[in-house]
This record gives sequence, C-alpha cells and structure tokens, in this order.
Amino acid sequence: MSPNLFALLPEIVLTIAGVLVMVAEPLLPAQSSRKPLGWLAILGTALSAVAAFIQHRAVDAAGAPMMGFYRTIQIDNLSVFFHLLIASIVLVVLLASLDYFEGPVSHAGEYYALLCFGATGMMLMSCSVELLMVFIGLEISSISTYILAGFRKGQATASESALKYFLLGSFATAFTLYGIALAFGATGSTSIAVLATMLHSSNTPLIARLAVAMMLIGMGFKVSAAPFHVWTPDVYQGAPSPVVAMMSTAPKAAVYAVLLRLLFNGAPQLRGEWLVLIQFFAVLSMFIGNLGALLQKDVKRMLAYSSIAHAGYLLTAFASFQQDAVAAACFYTAAYASMNVGAFLVLTQLTGYNENLRTLNDYTGVARKRPLLSALLGFFLLSMIGIPFTAGFFAKFYAFSAALRGGFSWLVILGLLNSGFACFYYLRLLIALYSSPASEIAEPSSTRPSIAATLALAACALATVGLGIMPGRLLHLLQRSAPITLQEQPGNSASLQ
Amino acid sequence: MQLALFIIFGLLAVLGAFNLLAQKHPINSALSLIVVMMSLAVLYFSLGAEFLAAAQVIVYSGAIMVLFVFVIMLLNAGEEEHTDDSKVASIVGFPGAAAVFCLLTFVFLKEKATLGFSHLESALGGAVSNIVEISHVLFTKLLLPFEVTSILVLVAILGAVVLARKEL
Repeated sequence: MSPNLFALLPEIVLTIAGVLVMVAEPLLPAQSSRKPLGWLAILGTALSAVAAFIQHRAVDAAGAPMMGFYRTIQIDNLSVFFHLLIASIVLVVLLASLDYFEGPVSHAGEYYALLCFGATGMMLMSCSVELLMVFIGLEISSISTYILAGFRKGQATASESALKYFLLGSFATAFTLYGIALAFGATGSTSIAVLATMLHSSNTPLIARLAVAMMLIGMGFKVSAAPFHVWTPDVYQGAPSPVVAMMSTAPKAAVYAVLLRLLFNGAPQLRGEWLVLIQFFAVLSMFIGNLGALLQKDVKRMLAYSSIAHAGYLLTAFASFQQDAVAAACFYTAAYASMNVGAFLVLTQLTGYNENLRTLNDYTGVARKRPLLSALLGFFLLSMIGIPFTAGFFAKFYAFSAALRGGFSWLVILGLLNSGFACFYYLRLLIALYSSPASEIAEPSSTRPSIAATLALAACALATVGLGIMPGRLLHLLQRSAPITLQEQPGNSASLQ
Repeated sequence: MQLALFIIFGLLAVLGAFNLLAQKHPINSALSLIVVMMSLAVLYFSLGAEFLAAAQVIVYSGAIMVLFVFVIMLLNAGEEEHTDDSKVASIVGFPGAAAVFCLLTFVFLKEKATLGFSHLESALGGAVSNIVEISHVLFTKLLLPFEVTSILVLVAILGAVVLARKEL
C-alpha cells in the first residue's frame, strides 16, 4: 500500500462506510427499519479503529512518525490515540442510537452517514500538521454536528439548538480562519513545523501573537471554554441525547489534539503569552461552569455547564510543560469521554425519543422504576465528581499535578475549590434519583435497553472503571507518545525537542 | 493610481457592507452584497491576485448571488420584521465590534513598517504567474485539503436534505 494511503487509512475506511450508507439508504423500502444501515456504520467505525491500531503498530515498529501527503498529515502515537478515542466514542454512540432512531424519525440513514463523515473530519484534525488541513477537518466535523443537533425536528428547542450552534459556530470559525491567515502573514507558511521555527522570530511579532490568540478564541469556542461558552446549554438542551453524548466529547477531543500540536509544537517560544490566555480560560470556565450548573433545574443544561467546567479542569493541564501536559490532557479527554458519553446514554435510555424527563423534579424517584440505569447514572456522576477508583479521579489528579509541576499552585487551588462546588449539583441529581417521588409528574421510558445499547453502556462503565483502577497503562503509553508530536524536515529535527 | 483604486473601492466595500445591514428589504441587501463582492474583487486585482479576483466575480457575484436572489424570489420575502432588540446585544455588541476594529487597526499600524516583508518572498519565490503557482500548490502541497473538501461539500448536501425534509 502506498504510504500516503496507509497514513490516511482510518479516514478512508470511514468515508467509504459513510458513502455506502448513503448509497444503500434509497435501496431499502421506504417504511422498513434503518437498522441495517446503522450496523453498516458500526462496521465501518470498528474497521477504522482497527486501521488506527495497525498504524500504531507500524509507527511503533518504525520508531518515528509517518508523514503523508506532502507533510500535511502526520501519524504518530498522539494521532493514533485520538483516532482510537474518536472511533470508540462514535462506535458507542452508534450502538446506543440504533433504537433511538427507530420510531418516529425519518432519514435515520442520514444520521448514520453524518456520524461517519463527522468522525472523518475529527480524525483528520487530530493528525494534521498543516493549519489549512486543520481548518477543513474542523469544518467537516462542525457542519455535521450542526446538522445532527437539529435532528429532532418538530420541536422548537431542536431548531433553536441547531440554528444557534450554526450561527455562533460560524462566527467562531471565522476567528480561527483569521488567525490562520495572520499566521501565514507573519511567517509565510501554514505548516506547524514552519510555525515552530518562524513564529517567534517573525518580522511582525505583534501579528504572530494576534494569530495565536485568534486561533485560541476559535478553538476555545469549539471546546466550550468560558467566555465562549454561551451556546453550550441551549444547544445541549435541544439536541437529541445521543448526539449530545457525541458532540460533547468527540469534536472536543479533536480540538484538544489540534491545541496540543499548535501550542506545544507550533508556538513553544510564545508559551509565556499563550499561557496567560489559557489560564484565563481555565479559571473562568471552572467558575462559570460550576456556579452556572448550581442554578440549573434542567438536567441536560446542568450537564452542559458541567462540561464547561470540565473544559476548565482540562485546560489547567496546559500550564505544564510538554510531556506532562500532553499526557494529562489526553488522559483527561479519554476519561471525560467515557463518563460523559455514559451519562448521556443513560439519559437517552431513561427519557426515550420524546425526552419527557427534563427537570430535576422529573428525575425524583426514578431509581424505583429503573434501578439499574439509575445506579449506572449515579456511578457516572460520582466519576464526574472525581471519587477515587473512577476515571474522573485520576483525570483530575493528573491534570492538577501537571499544573503543579508547571509551577502554578494557585491554579490547582482554584481547581480543587471548584471540584468542591461541583459536588453539590452532581449529588443533588443523585439524591433526586434515590428519593421518593413527591408526585407522579413524568414517567421514565419503560422500554428495556436493547442488546446493542446495553453493550454501549457496559463499554462506558468498563472504560470508567478501567481508567480509574489501572490508569498507569494508558498514561505510560501517552507519556511515551508525548514528545514525538512533530517531525521537522530531515536534518534539523533535534532542535525541536 | 493604486492608492486611488484602493481608496475608492475600499470605501465602496465598507459603504456597501453598512448598506447591507441598514436595508430592510432582502433584495436590497443582496444587491449591496454584490457591491461589496465586486469592490473586493477590484482590491484583489490591484494586489496582483488576478485569479482570486476572477474567482470572486464568478463564484460570489455570479453563482452565489444568483442563488440568493432566487431564494428571495421563491420565498417571496418581504420587509423584514423587527423583534425587540436583545438588551445584551445592543449594549455589548457595538462596543465589542469597535474594540475588535480598534485592536486590529492598532496591530496593523504598529507593524506597518515591516508589513508584507515577512518571509513571503520565500513562499512566493520564483512564482511564474499566479495561476501556475496556485495550481501547483493545489495539486502538490495542498492536495489533501483540496481533495477532502469534497467530503465537506457532501456533508453540506446531506445537511440540506435532512433539514429540508418533511417530517413523516
């Protein structure tokens, strides 16, 4: 196989799967179930994960990153990790939404195709070392998420969610693009390898700094870091729960991959400048996320604010130096993905397509009717608080200890203080689940989860427990993969480390 | 000559953009957008980017604007209705836009002396002509972004199908 195609293998597999879903959709009878298309998408996602794993073996055997397509993409352990993470998230979400899109929804085929294409875009972001490629990947992933957010048509919140996300998202994309254009103006290139050597020695230093700041604003929006978080609660409230499970984790993971490459490889010399911005985002996100969540009555809005807070915790890891920061941030994305996808998939099962359980009151006493699902939701909530032996504990532990080693103890103190605030609203939901219902307002959906959905929930729970009990293996792998995130032109690669 | 061109068409672009926002009827807004696009095309041309100027005229002023006008006609859109303006938007919006404008102006004025002399010569060095250079970059260095754009377009088409469907 040509090295170029091999470097792009997971994306190619996913694209083919998406196209096949689109081609097969009109061949099925109009009223028949769209489940076969879902299984086709699942097969494609699983195969792309396998392809990413093969790449991992090849990279390990070669001992050096692979470059492809005129140095626009780079396959190293960092990109393989994010490929696998994104593929797993999409796989689990696909498994859980097989039944969700059974009943009243038309165009379920497009849903599966869009998930495949969206994942392709995210994977492209995580392996690209060329800002134009990052931009195209970002657009593919964002546009498919805008559409998915409005999939529950006929409900006013769904249209509001999609439209708000689209308008604000395009606004943020404009900032990213302006940043890329300014970076080109300052250095004459959009390749991260060139930025690494040229950005700090640019003739126009002010423009170089403005470029990094503009890109940070755009990316900050995509990871819903405060002060660019305003869209998050409205969008999460209106979008279908399985879609929220995907869009609160997978696109963010891809953006973190870009941020790690851009900040630690593209602009290491400007660390003093971008660190101030990152700390500002981190502190503001933690406070706005946690204090905002305390005020929420709607459970999905509460979890939206909690995702803003988690973006803040994750950004504290960036205060450290490269190796620590990369390992801690990657671990946090994986841990956050496992517990957040899990929580939203339980909500999917509890509320069904109509989402008749909304507020905290509606959730009162749900544990009596659906004891297993409630226990699972409780477990994911405990993990989000950061109770030991769950993924959330080690995620926070590594992020904060990375910040500590970077010498930012005040950031860690603020982070710990915020983790304390966070207990309140997670426990409030947990207590509501297990207290006796005051009045019968809403019934949780009574359909038993299908085998596929059970598999998906079990996978999330296992990942959360696994990362909580044996975090060492993943962390070791991440630390090993951290420093080789960039390959320069042959000859001067040593100067980068 | 170049300065005169820049002043005339730069001013025209800015005025067109303001008019676009001020007009109440969508067709008037669409027509002022054409003014903005055409003035931008002239600016590109005066900077020596002939290809970009031509593409701007053909794609934006041609294809996209025709589409806009068609949609406005098909929807039979009349005067836009004004809802009560959001308080936050009116308080924060204008100062925010002004702040961004001032920041950018400050940065560009500060870097005026070295602007355009960065390392662009090396990037554009030995350029035979604009179009040759663009096509060369498009099919070598930026081959992958160029090809992957097809997925982006596919996603956009899928979106149009999904969002325009009728719920069963």
